[in-house]
Amino acid sequence: MMAKVQKKKMKSPYSYWLVAPVAIIFLIFFIIPTLVSFFFSMTRWTLFDWEFVGFENFVQYFKEASLAIGFKNTLIYGFVTSGLKVVFGLALAILLTGRLRAKGFLRSVVYFPVLVSTIGVGLTFGVLMDPNYGIINTTIVSLADKVGWQTYGPGWLVDPNLLPLFSIAFVDVWKGVGMATVIFMAGLATIPQEYYEALSVDGGGAWDKFKNITLPLVQPAMAAVIILSFIGGLRSFDLIWAMTNGGPGFLSDVIASINYKQYQAGFYGLATAGNVILLIFVLALTGPIYWYFNKKERQA
Amino acid sequence: MKRMMKRAIALALPASLVFGVTVALPSQAADTEITWLIDNGQSSQDVSKALVAAYEKANPGFKVKVVLRPGGADGDNLVKTKLATGEMEDVFTYNSGSLFQALAPSKNLLEITNEPFMKNVLSSFNPVVSVGNKVYGTPFGTAVGGGIIYNKKVYAKLKLKVPTTWAEFMANNKKIKAAGIDPVIQSYKDTWTSQLFVLADYYNVQNAFPKFAAEYTANKQKYAKNASALRGFEYIEELKKLNYFNRDYASTTYAQALDKVALGQGAHYPMATWAIPQIAAQQPDSLEDVGFFAQPSSKASVNGVTVWVPSGTYIPANTKNAAAAKKFVGWMTTAKAVDVMNSVEGFAGGPYYIKGASIPNALPGAVKDLVKYFDKNATAPALEFVSPIKGPNLEKILIEVGLGITTAKKAAAAYDADVVKQAKQLGLKGW
Repeated sequence: MMAKVQKKKMKSPYSYWLVAPVAIIFLIFFIIPTLVSFFFSMTRWTLFDWEFVGFENFVQYFKEASLAIGFKNTLIYGFVTSGLKVVFGLALAILLTGRLRAKGFLRSVVYFPVLVSTIGVGLTFGVLMDPNYGIINTTIVSLADKVGWQTYGPGWLVDPNLLPLFSIAFVDVWKGVGMATVIFMAGLATIPQEYYEALSVDGGGAWDKFKNITLPLVQPAMAAVIILSFIGGLRSFDLIWAMTNGGPGFLSDVIASINYKQYQAGFYGLATAGNVILLIFVLALTGPIYWYFNKKERQA
Repeated sequence: MKRMMKRAIALALPASLVFGVTVALPSQAADTEITWLIDNGQSSQDVSKALVAAYEKANPGFKVKVVLRPGGADGDNLVKTKLATGEMEDVFTYNSGSLFQALAPSKNLLEITNEPFMKNVLSSFNPVVSVGNKVYGTPFGTAVGGGIIYNKKVYAKLKLKVPTTWAEFMANNKKIKAAGIDPVIQSYKDTWTSQLFVLADYYNVQNAFPKFAAEYTANKQKYAKNASALRGFEYIEELKKLNYFNRDYASTTYAQALDKVALGQGAHYPMATWAIPQIAAQQPDSLEDVGFFAQPSSKASVNGVTVWVPSGTYIPANTKNAAAAKKFVGWMTTAKAVDVMNSVEGFAGGPYYIKGASIPNALPGAVKDLVKYFDKNATAPALEFVSPIKGPNLEKILIEVGLGITTAKKAAAAYDADVVKQAKQLGLKGW
């Protein structure tokens, strides 16, 4: 008898009444909208009325001309931003945990862009990258002029040969690298100093220390950075929308911006179908990564 | 239980006080106030402010509060959301034609077919704000023409003649390019501006295929398969291949483009004459340096302008102030209201759809150029006013042509695929 009661208590440490408010909020704002969106993705919906059309929206969505660009760009953007954030984040973390003057100040400088509004950053860089009046190109033009080279400077966000997506990815990395740095710094702090001392005694140099101690032991932090920035990259929209609206043409479209444009055009059912597809796409990509790193962590 | 009662009373007391006060206030004021939703473009803001001031002065006891909304696709969304949730203002101004059709008018809007003020409106306006033979809107502002805005000084300096055919237009461009001036201005930073070559070509398409709109709506005509309709796409392709655009066309804005054509840095800007008031505001000294001509066609005998019919002003079906809203909408169809609109910009941008509307004599040259086509009766409405179908991605597809990412033929096919979504959304037959 006694044991049974205890077992029950172990099962749910909180009373249902305690969980109920949160559960209701979760139900109303998350579970129900998700289920409703599955339904509306199968309708032709004008906001005023709807008509059930089965899977027609999904068929239509996959016919979308810019969709191939969207999937490709979403993947490129996810890989490029998360890859660069790992490289630069780790480098900055090592720099900022080393012996350095004004360490606190430099740490805040690196972290600061994380706090700024994404739309603000996007609009600002949009101005900076303007091919004629932006400070980036006016600097390039005047420097080139000094060495006698006539140029207009590259059209960062408008030249179809340059792939504006990479310009946006660069800004994304600049903005997000502070978060990666902080996670890496926390990871580095957990590595005992004795390991490094031991390697020094054995005659190992800086590269050996990095390769044999830092890199393997910072793995959990790296997993967190990769997952966070990869998911962030896959569902990225605000920065891209603020800088190029998915343009020029459809060159910097990602799945989220394609969906947004369909909502704008009033194709509510079709756009909802697009979001269901995006949900499945992100789950399919991040699920395995999450599972892989989780398994690794448990083994470690 | 007792305690709960006490609490309830304690709670209710201040609440009733608050409610009592808020309810009492409006009943003291005798004014009937209605709200009016309009886009936040500068000229709409100025005109609406002047109209409301004149209306309130002429009708004591009636107030109108102007509410602004964004233009473009965000504005479309806002208007639809407001109608769907029953939160639309008492009166709102919004596009006529294909965008109006997407509002489900027979469900959401108040029919005004038999209102006495409808006799002020030219009946040629009614089709663009009607479903069947039920009318839902009154015209707001003037018609404008789409075509080419050009710099007269450049033309005078190079001794050029206003072209009527595409061949003449390209010959002019060649000379302009040789003189070191950009022949054609494009402004892809504001994506909507890329569409004019295709949209303003509709007069020529309709001339070659009088039934194009009906067959297009019935899914029997395609841009990619109709050589006349395809020309608009090919024009952009030809100009790009010859490098006739301004160098920075990918990042130029609409406002910058207007400066360029007014100051003669570029010779031609394909645009509608709604740009003229903005040129008057941006470059008042150069207003008379710009003129307007219809989009050139393949034959010299075909020379007319594609017309954008004005927006409509509508009343939502569920408004609580229908009488006051009708009074205001009716007043806006009077010649007096037209005078107020003329006074704001000092001139009319084109003809009104109001009977007895005055057009001031002092028209800018570009508007006079436009009026000539009306006098010759050489006009056709833009496709979006005679067919409910307009795909959302035309502007981006044309930018791809202009940047050389795709060909005219492929782009036209892509646009044909794009409009399928719109046709299906509207539930049209045959799609």
